[in-house]
Amino acid sequence: MDNTLSQQLQVIPLENYVMLSIILFSIGVIGILMRRNLIVVFLSIELMLNSINLMAASFSAYHNDPAGQAFVFFIMVVAAAEVAVGLAMLVMIYRNVRSIEIDALSRLKW
Amino acid sequence: MTQVFFYGLSALAIASSLMMLFQRNAMYSVLYLLVCFFSVAGLYIMLNAQFLAVVHIIVYAGAIMVLFLYVLMFLNLNTPAAFSKSNMLRMAAMLTGGSIFLLLFSAFYRTQLIVMPDPMNENVGSVQTLGKVLFNDYLIPFELTSVLFLSAMVGVVIINKKDKVNG
Repeated sequence: MDNTLSQQLQVIPLENYVMLSIILFSIGVIGILMRRNLIVVFLSIELMLNSINLMAASFSAYHNDPAGQAFVFFIMVVAAAEVAVGLAMLVMIYRNVRSIEIDALSRLKW
Repeated sequence: MTQVFFYGLSALAIASSLMMLFQRNAMYSVLYLLVCFFSVAGLYIMLNAQFLAVVHIIVYAGAIMVLFLYVLMFLNLNTPAAFSKSNMLRMAAMLTGGSIFLLLFSAFYRTQLIVMPDPMNENVGSVQTLGKVLFNDYLIPFELTSVLFLSAMVGVVIINKKDKVNG
């Protein structure tokens, strides 16, 4: 049973996983550049981190090396801390300028 | 069968992340990204990484997305964007993202990916193996993450403390 399961999983080539994470990463980049709502920008950053996680996990699974999945675990930890701090800053920005649009912060430009 | 699962899950992930991108309401964006995260968790299960799948659902769906929704409801930010970006900026963003995609794709196209002779060992993604790896090889980074969390927690509290001087 176990053997057949791993043989079945082998059907999908590693390239497909890499391709999927490339597509998700590019969608995240477009989201960061295109949207002006700060929350959606944060969500896009999460999407990019997720695509990197997926790629690391797939390499780890196809190379039989658990270290890659340990790194995915650390990336998740950093993502959680980043979201907590980022949302705290967002709440503070909202308190000061009463908006979470990026354009409300355009006076930070120069 | 597995191919059907893989293509279904990846199509769901891509479609929901695109919906996240083009949704005007931030609340719907968060919910669509939640769908994307669940399909990524399904892909982890297909990769035999059970531990990662469970941790992914707990951390992302259980903590991060709830935090996002909480902030959205707390600040009552549910209003659609008052003004939208000009079409030129939109096109520029699309162009930049597309060129990054092309760059990554060409790098990927040129690369010969190496797969070990016996991939997808059942034990690689199990809790037992990952626990051994985390507590033997990566013990110090693992402990340092707790310091990172503590500093993030203190930072969040300090950032949102009402400043007496500036009001």
